[in-house]
Amino acid sequence: MAKRSFLIPGVDKRLLIKDAIKTMPDFPRRRFIAGGPSLGALTLLTGCDVVDSSSADTLLAQVSKFNDAVQAFIFNPDALAPTFPESAITKPFPFNAYYDLDDAPDVDGKDWKLEVRGLVDNKKSWTLDELYKLPQVTQITRHICVEGWSAIGSWTGTPLRDFLKLIGADTRAKYVWFQCADKDGYNSPLDMRSALHPQTQMTFKYANDILPRAYGFPMKIRVPTKLGFKNPKYVVSMEVTNDYKGGYWEDQGYNSFSGS
Amino acid sequence: MASLTVTDEQVRATPAKLIQPAWVRVMHWINALAMILMILSGWQIYNASPLFGFSFPREYTLGGWLGGGLLWHFAAMWLLMINGLAYLVTGFATGRFRRKLLPITPSGVLHDVRAALTFKLGHDDLTVYNYVQRLLYAGIIVIGVLIVLTGLGMWKPVQLYYLVALFGDYPTARYIHFFCMAAICAFLVIHVLLALLVPKSLRAMIIGR
Repeated sequence: MAKRSFLIPGVDKRLLIKDAIKTMPDFPRRRFIAGGPSLGALTLLTGCDVVDSSSADTLLAQVSKFNDAVQAFIFNPDALAPTFPESAITKPFPFNAYYDLDDAPDVDGKDWKLEVRGLVDNKKSWTLDELYKLPQVTQITRHICVEGWSAIGSWTGTPLRDFLKLIGADTRAKYVWFQCADKDGYNSPLDMRSALHPQTQMTFKYANDILPRAYGFPMKIRVPTKLGFKNPKYVVSMEVTNDYKGGYWEDQGYNSFSGS
Repeated sequence: MASLTVTDEQVRATPAKLIQPAWVRVMHWINALAMILMILSGWQIYNASPLFGFSFPREYTLGGWLGGGLLWHFAAMWLLMINGLAYLVTGFATGRFRRKLLPITPSGVLHDVRAALTFKLGHDDLTVYNYVQRLLYAGIIVIGVLIVLTGLGMWKPVQLYYLVALFGDYPTARYIHFFCMAAICAFLVIHVLLALLVPKSLRAMIIGR
């Protein structure tokens, strides 16, 4: 697997790297807590240095897995994300990524093909023209970022569940795993029930125009029941699978379900 | 200040009366730990996308970066919620809330605020809360319920859409969540300060007497 970038929005890169080097090579996986402060107050209170112990890491990872299970349990496939009138749309809808817009993938729509892999009957690749011919719907929903901000946008495309049916996907499989054209190979697993949610969409248009590069041209997966980081942009392939293959942000410590 | 200090004779003369039952003490300290974890990890999350023109100092945040802060926040929330729920249920079931926190009358509060500001508020009998204490303790319970409900709403704005609707919308819930945190921090400062001024109250919260 390719080495991943250390660019994390809102984090002082120098400090993060400094702290990360301190813990390497013994604990390369600890980068999500490596930058932790000493927290004298907390240490005094509990009598142990909870922040600087790898047992805290293990415990947090276990609780996060438990939280995945709780979220899957309370997930209601019929609960719809709120929709809004056009007047509520956030203008401009923010560009958001762990890189600048200049570094965003610049995909040539003519050469691009969506690869379909894994537990599906028909593994043929799809050109953009073929995808554009599928029935499309428009929905105005709120995108909620893991950072806490949110923005309302208008998204047009094909419900993912219709496409999964069309290609004969095994919808009893656990995940649909997306890979993207980002230079670091952004990827993310989407649990099958969220993939089959009626509002989960293969998005080709934003505000009735062809999806701009900033929002993921040529195809974004818009999942109104997930946090923003689980809405892949610049998608190049989808794989129906029972294996948990991790993801760009999931591997760095973001909760994998991250459902809303 | 005279009325705030207690001589050793007075302490010895006081019959060893149970002031804080064991369940209150245990839940109080679990809550203290949970609150501090929630506040420090919450500041980390806030810093990722500040609501106002300031960020919290890095040294007072938990988790190292947003992902770590979220892991702490969503782990400590179980401690806070389960302990808080047990506290509410026991508080109502045993009649402690009614006995200790009621009634809260405006005149009583005004009287005790005046007494407190002129350092004439007595703490001789720790088993009876004065009106300022009643108002603060009842208020912080309400704030605690509010911060958990707004938090749950923000955690699951689709599944728990009715919670978000109760507070208006997602961004409004986020502001209320923040102001509840600020209120808890203000309470914490006053609470700790008063506990230091009346050390026997701290003792009662540790050993019960």
